[in-house]
Amino acid sequence: MKGSEAIIESLKAAGVEVVFGLPGGMVIPLYDALYDSDLKHFLVRHEQGAAHMADGYARATGKVGVCIATSGPGATNLVTGIANAYMDSTPMVAITGQARSDLIGTDAFQEADITGITEPIVKHSYLIKNPKDIPRIFKEAFYIASTGRPGPVLIDIPADMQLADIDYKPAGKINLPGYKPTLKGHKKQIISAAKAIAAAEKPVFYAGGGIITAGAEKELLAIAKLMKIPVTTTLMGLGCFPEDNDLSLGMLGMHGTGYANYAVTHSDLLIGVGARFDDRVTGKLATFARHAKKIHIDMDPAEISKNVAIDIPIVGDAKDVLAGILAELKKMKREPKKTAAWTDQVIAWKKKHPLHYKDEKGSIMPQYVIEEINRITKSEAILCTDVGQHQMWSALFYKHIKPRHWVSSGGLGTMGFGFPAAIGAKVGCPDKTVIDVAGDGSFQMNIQELATAVCYNIPVVVCILNNGFLGMVRQWQELFWNKRYSETVIACQPDFAAVAEAYGALGITIDNKKDVGDAIRTAIKSKRPAVLDFRVKQEENVFPMVPAGKSIDEMIGGHKT
Amino acid sequence: MKHTLSVLVENKPGVLARVAGLFARRGFNINSLAVGITEDPDVSRMTITVDAEEHPIEQVTKQLHKLINVIKITDLDPERTVARELALIKVKSDTKSRAEVMQLAEIFRAQILDVSRKTITIEITGTYEKLDAFEQLLQPHGVVEIVRTGRIAIERGEK
Ligand SMILES: Cc1ncc(C[n+]2csc(CCOP(=O)(O)OP(=O)(O)O)c2C)c(N)n1
Repeated sequence: MKGSEAIIESLKAAGVEVVFGLPGGMVIPLYDALYDSDLKHFLVRHEQGAAHMADGYARATGKVGVCIATSGPGATNLVTGIANAYMDSTPMVAITGQARSDLIGTDAFQEADITGITEPIVKHSYLIKNPKDIPRIFKEAFYIASTGRPGPVLIDIPADMQLADIDYKPAGKINLPGYKPTLKGHKKQIISAAKAIAAAEKPVFYAGGGIITAGAEKELLAIAKLMKIPVTTTLMGLGCFPEDNDLSLGMLGMHGTGYANYAVTHSDLLIGVGARFDDRVTGKLATFARHAKKIHIDMDPAEISKNVAIDIPIVGDAKDVLAGILAELKKMKREPKKTAAWTDQVIAWKKKHPLHYKDEKGSIMPQYVIEEINRITKSEAILCTDVGQHQMWSALFYKHIKPRHWVSSGGLGTMGFGFPAAIGAKVGCPDKTVIDVAGDGSFQMNIQELATAVCYNIPVVVCILNNGFLGMVRQWQELFWNKRYSETVIACQPDFAAVAEAYGALGITIDNKKDVGDAIRTAIKSKRPAVLDFRVKQEENVFPMVPAGKSIDEMIGGHKT
Repeated sequence: MKHTLSVLVENKPGVLARVAGLFARRGFNINSLAVGITEDPDVSRMTITVDAEEHPIEQVTKQLHKLINVIKITDLDPERTVARELALIKVKSDTKSRAEVMQLAEIFRAQILDVSRKTITIEITGTYEKLDAFEQLLQPHGVVEIVRTGRIAIERGEK
């Protein structure tokens, strides 16, 4: 069989059903084999879209997302999407065509050293030099992408490898002597963690995306309930703990809730799980959770004590480790009252410093749009976002109650991510309502994927919070740069509803608060790709906010006074 | 503090680039890096000396471990390690100073590889410190060119 057919067989063996991509000279053989296969291929309009779709698909489903691009410019167009997946630990396999192997290194037409270019942003990569290796390499790639701390794996395939005739044999057992992720937590450490939790008077869970990757939500909830421990999540962790639970503190960090940041600051035990003590979370390191003993549970040993010194480190799968801790706690004699004063205090903070915004007559407040989306979808939608103010409002004002219902670019903060990611999420979860909250700036970074959504009738609803600015940057300029709005006014704005209609999608412009709910309902009911252009208040800010370099309890704004 | 890491890696294309790239982008300082094959043709050994002033060595090794092709890392204990480096040094030397340079080489148990009218080329192996000391002594004669391999190291004893 041909190398290209072996690729299709290998994809099927890995359980792949859908791929996102765009062909070119160096992947024609692969696309030719795809033509006869029953893999579903989605043709994108820009390869960055393909990478983000694969990413969104992976986040929403938990499966590995797959994208394909041709060599050179096709491959380099994937780069932002690969980096994005790397920073947020999304399982992804990116397949790129490459110039014929005898031309590699000669600056051949459309040759780019994509394994070199992506080296710092992949979990691993391959350049196929022998077509016989195809089954093995694909098997390894999917295994590496989806196990341990997940991440993107790139496979670069010269055109002649796709054309070569091989004697196809399915891949044998995986043999990777240098890759052995630790799944089971160390028993002794688990016992120390359980003891520390039982002894704590002011414990807080700090839960990250790793909980969702591991599927450890139930274990987290069980420990939190058993020991009455409040839970704050990172941006990536939204949905891993139901925000309608009393013990939920929402998100922490730079734009975290006041009560989450106070709780962390005053805690005597911080239990970090699947979270990486990112600088957007910790603020000034020296004062972060300064009174707390720290437990850190993570799949990736390199994350432990990377930024913050840890007292009880546990390397392993969050589900396994939390289950172990829960079992230990159940064996112990507990004093359930021990944290009562603390939970009372936390609930008092929640009442005293709730999330808040000032509703202005005559304006559509961006926060209100998010609240409406939340009401109409009953907190059940898969909510995707781009990057900026609208992202933070979506994080704060939507109630996140389920895992894999929040798809947002955390680590890299990629404008242009949300819309293609929403398409990928909808492809993976056709029965769920998928909403993309976008900024007017961000949406224009991958607006061309409207064609993809329309072409395959993928009914995602884009809600643009149109403030006429690169809002988040404008907010920093307002607060810290004397309102010098250098290049953050988006002066030339298209009529987004008309653009949507031109692509064949539904487009609605909303200027009045009273029309917000109707527009959202209409768009969802239409079962078509839709763009809602909400003309929101222009100079609204995201609060609370911790200025860069400050301690997280030194927030500005956002308090009800 | 300088550390000597002995790193076993799969003998596959691109591994050296991955290791070197990791050091560069994480801001770890490499002092020297020497690579060669081992008794197992599928495995190469890298001896890497790093300055672990700003980044704890633990972080360096953990990040290295994340590379799929890295099989094993040992942070060699200087007390239990034999380490060597090789240098080739070309030094100015005419008929007048030739005897002195050759005498220095003898004291350091270095080998003369080549003599020309105006230069002598010397091979020396030893510890980093020994090579430095030798180089210092040759400086007044005028060192024309130095090539050093970087450190290679192996644990003492039966392991
Ligand atoms: C690709 C990319 N370029 C630049 C930035 C820097 N950046 C962060 S937020 C932001 C403004 C986003 O504006 P918009 O999408 O309109 O959203 P808003 O903040 O107004 O809600 C910019 C430019 C980025 N995150 N990503």
